[in-house]
Amino acid sequence: MSIKVEDVSKRFITKHSDTETLSRVNIEFKPGEFICILGPSGCGKSTLLNIIAGLEEATSGRVTLNGKQVTGPGPDRVVMFQEAALFPWLNVIDNVEFGMKMAGVAPAQRRERALKYLKMVHLTKFQHAFIHELSGGMRQRVALARALTFDSEVLLMDEPFAALDSQTKMLLQIELQQIWLETKKTILFVTHNVEEATILADRVVVMSANPGGIKKEFQIQVARPRQPGNVDLAYLMNNIMQELKTEVEKVAKAEYDNDWNIQKNPVLPSINDNLGSGV
Amino acid sequence: MIIWEVAYELGVEYLRLWKAYVFPSPIDVFKTLYSLFADQTLVIAILSSAKRIILGYLVSVILGLIIGLIIVKFKWLDENASPLILGLQTLPSICWLPFAILWYGLNESAIMFVIAIGSTFAVAIALEAGIKNINPLYIRAARTMGASGFKIYWNVILPASLPAIVSGLKQGWSFAWRALMAGEMMSATKGLGQVLMVGRDLADISQVMAVMIVIIVLGVVVDKLIFGQIEQNIRQRWGLDRA
Repeated sequence: MSIKVEDVSKRFITKHSDTETLSRVNIEFKPGEFICILGPSGCGKSTLLNIIAGLEEATSGRVTLNGKQVTGPGPDRVVMFQEAALFPWLNVIDNVEFGMKMAGVAPAQRRERALKYLKMVHLTKFQHAFIHELSGGMRQRVALARALTFDSEVLLMDEPFAALDSQTKMLLQIELQQIWLETKKTILFVTHNVEEATILADRVVVMSANPGGIKKEFQIQVARPRQPGNVDLAYLMNNIMQELKTEVEKVAKAEYDNDWNIQKNPVLPSINDNLGSGV
Repeated sequence: MIIWEVAYELGVEYLRLWKAYVFPSPIDVFKTLYSLFADQTLVIAILSSAKRIILGYLVSVILGLIIGLIIVKFKWLDENASPLILGLQTLPSICWLPFAILWYGLNESAIMFVIAIGSTFAVAIALEAGIKNINPLYIRAARTMGASGFKIYWNVILPASLPAIVSGLKQGWSFAWRALMAGEMMSATKGLGQVLMVGRDLADISQVMAVMIVIIVLGVVVDKLIFGQIEQNIRQRWGLDRA
């Protein structure tokens, strides 16, 4: 399933300001591809994802899925949010079944499929637990299981691991790679974490800020499953970081006071230092 | 209870500050309570009051939920009707009694109408507030999962606003209870309020007190057994009782 983003722009007009968040974005995603969209905060990467999801409307331009224009949200493009967005009034298994219930799948079949995907994320033991009894990582797993039940070919992920601790994040990154290899979905993953992007993606798209647009793309051709600390990834990360740095600076310049500067003194001064005093 | 008895002994028996007919002793009150139960007066009163309040309350809950949903659905209605509904809610429901008597006559329907109008707006306002305060993330998530229209209301919006709805129902119940008493005291031929009024007419302060006790006990029992259970259940599910 291929997604095509054609000339998409997005303006937010309020009483006090008129911001162009996205400016004529063109990008295409091939079926089965794992793409990470990387950018500084406020560059419009989540907005782009929301437009593809159909949750927000583009000011101009269009998004097509297999040649059909996207007009609203739908189960063919499931979204995973930064917060798990699980329903607290349902237990784990009912949450996983929710999408199938909406689609009108029979209860027995629903349960069977939900268990299959819960197994994939290793949480069958907790199927009758309530959401508040789960840790943050477990919640995201449940959300992932729920997203997988749709059997959609596209999975949109909006910084799903950003709020997790780094150990949990690492585990989930490895699992996501495995699930992606098993299910061959097209995954569009928004993140601000360079390491995460290089570990997960086939292609990393770096976005520019103010106005948001595509700055540069990196192909990541490193064998999977990838682990953090891989030397090739470190090299790529460094390249991407260079690209990102100017964008981060641009955003910071716009948000911080004028006296801010990214080029800090490379020597950390200490009150005991007195360079040159012994000369 | 002991404080009550001591106050009675001091105030009425020794210091003669009050007369026994303005301040009853707990013993007298319980004697009256017993005799009222024994000759079935209270049983009949409780049953007829219960019938009125259950019917009136059911009507108000259904109406309240419908009004609440309509207000949420149409923004212009929300902007224009909300102050009106708030005003109607602050109006004590007993003020509707003259209206009710003119419309329905001096009968059951009139009291039922007063009960229903007393709690309808509380329920409607609670539902509206509950729906407005839902975490928008739930709705976004549900929309991306293919839920829309009626399905989203039934499966997401109503369950998500359930805690607010229950507190609205609880509030509505207490409004209904008050309306019932007021209505019965003014115009009924049987019921708790009427028994209380008879006590007043006969200057039988212990009967008044006895009925008051029955009302309090009924209120507490309903609150604990019905609303308490529901609230407890929700709090457990949502993990709200872990603070």
